[in-house]
Amino acid sequence: MKFTFKRGVHLSYGGKSATSVLPVREYVTDYVKIPMSMHIGAPSEPCVKKGDLVKIGQVIATPVGPLGLPVHASVSGEVTAVEKIPYLMKDPVTVVSIKNDFKEEWVDLNPLGSVESVDPSMIIPAIRDAGICGMGGASFPTHVKLSLKPNQKCDVIIVNGAECETHLTADHRLMLEYPRRIVDGLRAAMRALNVENGVIAIEDNKPDAIEAMKRAASGRDGVSVCELRTKYPQGGEKQLIEAVTKKQVPSGGLPIDIGVIVLNVGTCAAIADAIIDGMPLIKRITTITGCVRHPANLMLPVGTIVEDIIGFLGGFPEEPGKITFGGAMTGLCIPNMQIPMMKSTNGIVVFNEREAMSMEEGPCIRCAKCVHACPIGLNPYRIKVEADADRLDAAKKLNVMDCMLCGCCSYVCPSRRWLSASFKIVKEKLIRQAKGGQKA
Amino acid sequence: MSIRLSSAPHIRTGASTQSLMLNVVIALMPCVAAGVYLFEMNALAVLCMSTGTAVLMEYLWQKLMKIPVRVGDCSALVTGIILGLTLPPTLPWWATMVASAFAIIIVKQLFGGIGDNFLNPALTARAVLLASWPAHMTTFVDISREHVADAVSMATPLSGENAVEYTWMQLFQGAIPGSIGETCKAAILVGLAYLLITKTISWRIPVITMLSAFVSAFILGMDPVESVLTGGILFGAVFMATDYTTSPMNASAQYAYSVGIGFLTMLIRRFGAYPEGVTYAILLMNILTPLLDKYLPNKIYGHGKKKEANQA
Ligand code: SF4
Ligand code: SF4
Repeated sequence: MKFTFKRGVHLSYGGKSATSVLPVREYVTDYVKIPMSMHIGAPSEPCVKKGDLVKIGQVIATPVGPLGLPVHASVSGEVTAVEKIPYLMKDPVTVVSIKNDFKEEWVDLNPLGSVESVDPSMIIPAIRDAGICGMGGASFPTHVKLSLKPNQKCDVIIVNGAECETHLTADHRLMLEYPRRIVDGLRAAMRALNVENGVIAIEDNKPDAIEAMKRAASGRDGVSVCELRTKYPQGGEKQLIEAVTKKQVPSGGLPIDIGVIVLNVGTCAAIADAIIDGMPLIKRITTITGCVRHPANLMLPVGTIVEDIIGFLGGFPEEPGKITFGGAMTGLCIPNMQIPMMKSTNGIVVFNEREAMSMEEGPCIRCAKCVHACPIGLNPYRIKVEADADRLDAAKKLNVMDCMLCGCCSYVCPSRRWLSASFKIVKEKLIRQAKGGQKA
Repeated sequence: MSIRLSSAPHIRTGASTQSLMLNVVIALMPCVAAGVYLFEMNALAVLCMSTGTAVLMEYLWQKLMKIPVRVGDCSALVTGIILGLTLPPTLPWWATMVASAFAIIIVKQLFGGIGDNFLNPALTARAVLLASWPAHMTTFVDISREHVADAVSMATPLSGENAVEYTWMQLFQGAIPGSIGETCKAAILVGLAYLLITKTISWRIPVITMLSAFVSAFILGMDPVESVLTGGILFGAVFMATDYTTSPMNASAQYAYSVGIGFLTMLIRRFGAYPEGVTYAILLMNILTPLLDKYLPNKIYGHGKKKEANQA
């Protein structure tokens, strides 16, 4: 039986075909800029300075605060700068720039051995020390997600292999090429929390990945593969949980409130690398596609600069209009080509001029399409009226805080209204307000 | 090189307001064709007059009021055609014109234009005609007899005592007296199929309205099949109850709205002063639309259950 969640939209996944059959290739750049805030939580504190020589895997920044993570060098060489640069529409971030000397010098790694035999209490610290955060986009520190409060219990860990975004094939390729790593990572997380059930959830538009994961999972304790009916946003944490368990995460709550933890496939593979090889999270698979000459799935050292990647792939066949990190539904536009990719960058999509054309917003014709698309069950057309009038409290009453910014409403709106985009602003204002800032 | 910044999502569905309205126009074509076939030039004249007036009025109004000219969204075209199809083929041209102008200017534009009017423009205009010139509005040509030339003016099959017996097949094909577009049920169903296939509308309102009419007729002691096949209920369910602007948006509100239309139509037919109730039934439910949406909200993900403390 195939599962899915309520509402949502059917997207065209034609954009995936350019890269879904391309095996992952390595690309090692000669210059990386590693951001200090690749995870949710306070930026890490650099512990190297200009002129230092670093090895691959060496800690270059230490964690700050409860959600902090260390950052590691992804290439060996000389630190050429520790500076602030503009980043994804937020405040500038500190980056550590390293010039690759291609000596491939590694720090001494500390492997813990097989995930089935490692002492379970060692697993979560190892995950933290490896600097692992959610690799599907949300970048929440994984060791925090796996650290349960005394009154919490996890019944099932779901591995998110839905990859419901357009264009992206990084997770798909990972499942085809490293299925065992994913299962190993899942088993490590299961053992760390003493969880008996692990479900790997994959949409049915990736039958080869389902096959590969089933093979890798066979014979492993408590691990099963769940086939999902393809629909966007299946990979949204709440929708995935609804599809797999039929349970809903309480509003304002976390999956663990109903005994569920969701990990991305990439995160699982990173966990396996950390335990089995002692390897920190310093590289990842990223899909680069759209208006580039040779679309590809590349294994990139964290901090590789977009311009280098595009150059490596033959440049743009035509004038690019905009470039996003992530797919077309939720991707963030990057302000310029000097931006480095980070731990959670699963895709870089280049849109050409025509695709990047902004669309004029028309009046709402009350067609109800947004209502029937919203996976949360909101009334986007009404929230938009309040958002436009900047009536934050009214928007809050319409449950804007439950909006997960999936973009379904904007996608279906025949009048091209910027629904989700305005909700994002409203949500940010409300969060600021709640934090005690003055009324926006 | 300059790259742009914009908010997600970066893709949009192909459907636009204009393409959706054109879908409705296409879906109406079988009814137009059937109407012109059955009622000949009279029907064509009424349709042209109502459509032309609607489009022209929309354009002139937007121009004169110096608001964005959106006549290109084709919503006025849809209103014009639907209005024409609900009129009797014998209606004088001036009445058609007045109705059409009324629909666009008074009912639609004065209330704020597309998306803001709370009553269905075509239907309201029809209701006003019905109240103002009842004789013109309820006189129909009987074309089931031999030849149109011999046609006698008579009431619709619904008008009480003089009711004429027609076979189900006649009712289905539309060779009966009635408004231009509502007699040929086959054409309406083809239009419905097109609207559903192109996902222009969801199945909820038309299907539930018809089911409700069927069941209500049965409950009220009328022949259910005949009740659904006569009068304007089918046309209303497919093309007028489904008007985006004036129908509810939440799924459960749509159910209530549709059940209400079917039931009220049959109630008016059974006990009301007018032979046909669908016009007033839909208008009444239009008025209730905001209330239905308010009191029949969607269930929101993760609401309604308390954060269950985790059983450790
Ligand atoms: S309102 Fe929010 S959750 Fe609902 S479809 Fe729009 S973006 Fe998604
Ligand atoms: S999809 Fe757009 S036009 Fe339709 S109801 Fe929602 S906001 Fe209005």
